[in-house]
Amino acid sequence: MKKNIDVDYIANLARIKLEKKESSDFSSQLGDIISFVEKLNKVDTKDTPPTTHPLPLMNVFREDKVKESLPAEKALSNAPDKKYSFFKVPKVIEEA
Amino acid sequence: MPEDFYRFTAHEIKRFISNDETTPVEVTASISDRIEEVNSRVNAIISFDRNDVKEELRRTKDKRAGKLFGIPVAVKDNICIEGRQVTCGSRILKGFRPPYDATVIEKLKKEGAILLGRANMDEFAFGSSCETSSYGPTNNPWDFDRIPGGSSGGSAAAVAAGEATMALGSDTGGSIRQPASLCGVVGLKPTYGRVSRYGLIAFASSLDQIGPITKDVRDCALLLNVIAGYDPKDSTSVDMKVPDYSKSLVNDVKGIKIGIPREYFIEGIDREVKESVINSVKLLERLGAKYEEVSLPHTEYAVGTYYIIAPAEASSNLARFDGVQYGLRKPGNLIDMYKNTRSVGFGSEVKRRIILGTYVLSSGYYDAYYLKALGVRTKIKEDFDKIFKDFDCIITPTAPTAAFKIGEKVDDPISMYLSDIFTIPANLAGIPGISIPCGFTKGDLPIGLQILAKPFNEETLLRVAYTFEKNSKLCGRRPNL
Repeated sequence: MKKNIDVDYIANLARIKLEKKESSDFSSQLGDIISFVEKLNKVDTKDTPPTTHPLPLMNVFREDKVKESLPAEKALSNAPDKKYSFFKVPKVIEEA
Repeated sequence: MPEDFYRFTAHEIKRFISNDETTPVEVTASISDRIEEVNSRVNAIISFDRNDVKEELRRTKDKRAGKLFGIPVAVKDNICIEGRQVTCGSRILKGFRPPYDATVIEKLKKEGAILLGRANMDEFAFGSSCETSSYGPTNNPWDFDRIPGGSSGGSAAAVAAGEATMALGSDTGGSIRQPASLCGVVGLKPTYGRVSRYGLIAFASSLDQIGPITKDVRDCALLLNVIAGYDPKDSTSVDMKVPDYSKSLVNDVKGIKIGIPREYFIEGIDREVKESVINSVKLLERLGAKYEEVSLPHTEYAVGTYYIIAPAEASSNLARFDGVQYGLRKPGNLIDMYKNTRSVGFGSEVKRRIILGTYVLSSGYYDAYYLKALGVRTKIKEDFDKIFKDFDCIITPTAPTAAFKIGEKVDDPISMYLSDIFTIPANLAGIPGISIPCGFTKGDLPIGLQILAKPFNEETLLRVAYTFEKNSKLCGRRPNL
């Protein structure tokens, strides 16, 4: 059965705005994709541990030493807007 | 002495240079001329500047001892080169000049490679056809009406068309192997963790690997030798000795045990592709290898598993493109700024996958989809582990068909996704895979064969691939442009 997905709700979570046409196309296509992936339910994974990574991952430690890192000026070199050594964004806090 | 260096492999050019028969200046001139001659038709290279070439020649002047001295390499548009624009084929990163080199680029620079030309790709590597790039589609050099495969379609087409001697691609679900197959070149996806991902703009971090796309297997070993190895900057790279891959180039497969998984020769696979792969396995048998049919029972679930895991990871990785730190910014209050920027900056397929990924991770669906897929991923990996206890490698077609027509699958995501059906399992399991040319269709389109081996066993891939190449007499066939 084809799933009905509230694409606009999900798009809002992902901070994407969809045109009407996009929204209806995606709704239908994503419904198809979700129906397609539902065949995974045929596989019994009750006792199977999940694989998040193909290789066993271990925490990597290093000594807590000061090392050279990217200078702020370079890190900011692509910023659409900046002030002093900061990224500048539209005002977040409303005036009282 | 030839002047058309664009026809030659890297190891041939290396020999010409070390014998003082030519110079990097002449080699790069030949490749640059070739780009100017054919790129308007192929569109494999999306940015090329003769001034960069001069700069590269200056930079590599004293690198004569380097393993890639004077060799022109095209780099996929998702790998950072300090100071040079990188966009992932997307509007959202237009103008972005990274402040550092990817580790693989550092290594290429150290060995004297000439970084010349950025290779086209599906936007953010989301695609199997190179049609979703904001720079327009790349055309297959064997037939301009067809796709070159994707997402590293630009890298594969550039090598096939002589617009680069070798290239770097990245492979998340087949993005190196499938275009290599469709363009008649060699492409290798290393074991997850073999090559550093530092400086590769992330798509799906548990699946992505950078790898070589080359004209033959010897060049593949040469480039892999340069890029492989542990990198403290990538916590998922593995601290394990890197063998000298050129030692694997032996023309001998005696005693090699090959598994042929029956699930890869199903309905829907093109008859010519199937015949070509089977004939290739028979050739390897005549050369001393043994083959047997095997079963990888969870193969049919691989595409579904991938299209949950990859978009889930991508939706998280692509959250960083929000108009704050780099790239495009469209005005609005903070939330609208994010939304406006992302809506204008991302193309359709990118939005589709972000929304799909967000959906499968969202509250109420996480267990049903994402966690389920991680469980099936384990099953797929176990299938391979089991086979590799008794077999040295697995041989399959790389893709179910030769190159399809431009536009044929654009509006049908599922049929597009299914073109990666044979390459996706290797990414889910983290194992290495190579695609090499194994034949041509009646319509003169290349067919590729995929070899898979257990983790960190690229040597077996190279040995079998090299032996096949030496005995199949297919190598060296290039498209007429």
